[in-house]
Amino acid sequence: MKKMIQHGLAIVDSPYDEDGKKRSLVSKLLLGLTPSQYLLQAFRNPLNWILAAVFAVGIPILIGRFFFGLAWATSGSNDYPWGLFLGFGLFAMVPLSSSGFQLGTACEIFGRHDLEPIERLALLNGLLGYFFAVIYLLADLGQPWRLPYPMVVSFGPAAVLFLVAWHVATYLSVQVAEVSSAFFEWIGFPAGKRAIRRITLGLTVSGIILSTLHQGALGALFTYAPGKVHPLWYSSSFQWLHFFVSSLPGGLCMVITVSTIAAKTMGWRGDTRFHEKLDKVTVSLAKGACMGIATYITIKLIAIAHDNKWAYLDSGWGQWFMFEIIVGFMLPLTLMTYGVHTRKMAIVRMGAFMTVFGVVLNRVNTAMITFNWKLPHREIPPWREVVISLTIFATYIVVYRFILYRLPILFKWRLQEQEETVPEAVPVPAPGRREASSVPVASYSSMTKLD
Amino acid sequence: MKRRNFLKACLIGGTTIALGKTNKGWASGSFEGYPEAMGVLVDTTRCIGCRSCEAACNKEQKLPEPDTSFDDPSVFEHDRRPTAKAYTVVNRYQKEQPSGPVYRKVQCNHCNEPACLTSCFVNAYTKTKEGAVIYNSKVCVGCRNCMIACPFNAPGYDYDSATNPIVKKCILCYDTRLKYGKPPACVEICPQEALTFGHRADLIKLAHERIRATPDRYVDHVYGEKEVGGTSWLYLAPVGFDKLGFDTTLSNDPIISNVKDFLGMVPMVLSIWPALFSGIHLLCKNQEHDGHGHDTDSNQEDTKP
Repeated sequence: MKKMIQHGLAIVDSPYDEDGKKRSLVSKLLLGLTPSQYLLQAFRNPLNWILAAVFAVGIPILIGRFFFGLAWATSGSNDYPWGLFLGFGLFAMVPLSSSGFQLGTACEIFGRHDLEPIERLALLNGLLGYFFAVIYLLADLGQPWRLPYPMVVSFGPAAVLFLVAWHVATYLSVQVAEVSSAFFEWIGFPAGKRAIRRITLGLTVSGIILSTLHQGALGALFTYAPGKVHPLWYSSSFQWLHFFVSSLPGGLCMVITVSTIAAKTMGWRGDTRFHEKLDKVTVSLAKGACMGIATYITIKLIAIAHDNKWAYLDSGWGQWFMFEIIVGFMLPLTLMTYGVHTRKMAIVRMGAFMTVFGVVLNRVNTAMITFNWKLPHREIPPWREVVISLTIFATYIVVYRFILYRLPILFKWRLQEQEETVPEAVPVPAPGRREASSVPVASYSSMTKLD
Repeated sequence: MKRRNFLKACLIGGTTIALGKTNKGWASGSFEGYPEAMGVLVDTTRCIGCRSCEAACNKEQKLPEPDTSFDDPSVFEHDRRPTAKAYTVVNRYQKEQPSGPVYRKVQCNHCNEPACLTSCFVNAYTKTKEGAVIYNSKVCVGCRNCMIACPFNAPGYDYDSATNPIVKKCILCYDTRLKYGKPPACVEICPQEALTFGHRADLIKLAHERIRATPDRYVDHVYGEKEVGGTSWLYLAPVGFDKLGFDTTLSNDPIISNVKDFLGMVPMVLSIWPALFSGIHLLCKNQEHDGHGHDTDSNQEDTKP
């Protein structure tokens, strides 16, 4: 893509092409390239080859899982009913997707408009994380076609999972609505965008409620297994708080991670606003994440003190616990604090990566590694289970990239009509872009004043 | 006006959901089993490990042929657990003791307040008035949360089936026997009378009577009388229950009591959050001097610190 832009390709960032003609949907989908150009750039990208390899092996196995049953694809263990699909796919993806409601809250409720360059990325990150957590869930459920049963057929309202099901379902629709304003801009349907804009506050507040509850509920699910989860990862009073609070830095650091990757690998897609503001926004997110991590470490220690579990620290499990807390939370907290103070962005980002690792490790530890700690054997996922998990994650990456390439997430959608009104708003981002393409410049923000 | 409508809707909707939820939570908290509930007392001092209960269960529940025959003693080499193919298994403990090995029959204990039932989001489980915990495979989605929740690791899952995998566990022969007042197949076949079927309340008295009559024979505890709120299956043992593979760390509270802290918090979040965050939004908006409060133009953005 970078090379093609150097050779004079105009990036699709408005409904019009460089000659002022309206772009067709196909042209938008192909990023303004001809089909052969599009294929050429796809073949050039080494990531695509890796993804193709994963899909070549993974898709047949994923299909096989539905024909030959769970016993064929997974460990199918009675003692470890939840394997990688839920332990990693559901329990780790959901906390990393708390970014949507957090940035939504910061921008729409607290009025932190300086965070807006990253708001849409955070919303998208939330939507995709949840969506793929549900995909993992579908792969894991014995009878996935019955997924709507708790909504329509039979109700078990005393169950925590009932809450999770309802909240994830409603929150997914809330997130679809939140992200759809970017889609409406891209497809050219301003009425839809205005409609969403009107209910933004309502959507955001319901987002906070639903997120608080089901992030916590995922933790509360483990309070059904008081003797099975290792005491260091278990707290009957605070489990939901541990999961909720750790999801906050998890989501923020995931946005830092994704924005870092996006800025490095698809720099052409972000506009100047995104690239200029990225460091400043990252610092703000890192500050928030630091508060979250500090709180999380505190309530983790309070839980150990509350049930007097100090003795467990002096065991193999205790060392594993210390590893998780130190490498996954304490060290990143130190790194990010230092990085924020000295404005060393590489260190801040390093800390964010480690926090993401820490949150994932915590969830996998709770759901799989330390689960059934009293049983003599540990369950190691068989290769098919690992391959299916990887395949779903690869699909997540493909969909994520597909959307970032096209929808106005990292850039503002320009509308030609405003050319004269705000000509200086969005300067041309990519270096070496040809002269003729410096046409319609305006930001959609001035549009929103109309509604 | 719109916001007010939204808040109203939130509050009304929230409280409706919340009330439904908590009522059920509280009601289940004080439940101590149906008065007429039946149960089985297992006297492990009488069991000789003949495994005829396993064979009877296999026949009664029309389970698949086992890998090795029911006379094969090699299965005692390892601890087994109930699975989708065997609802009950007998394990051997205390092999090296001079007093001889002790055998323990394992199956679903049919809790008074079952964790599987309270964790099920489609309400597939029912605790019948006869004391059996039965399962409706027609609504089961296959999340296997009941298997996570069961403190006795009783439910097995039919992982081999691709089209209709379901949870399989002992149902106390509810469909074929218990409903008609008959004892389960395993109890009927037991040659040693190690298993006694009767009203749970009577069995507790009987168990304590046996301990009182021959105190040397038993440890002074009836497993299942109080564990996780009481179970329909009760056990007597000659040695400490922990030596027979029982989980002796279980609390006397039902599993659901661990979850109540969270369930109680749900209606609070549903009702407080909308007002709290809408309020904060109003506070933040006043500071900004712009009626719109969103996506202001880039000039204003730049002037912010």
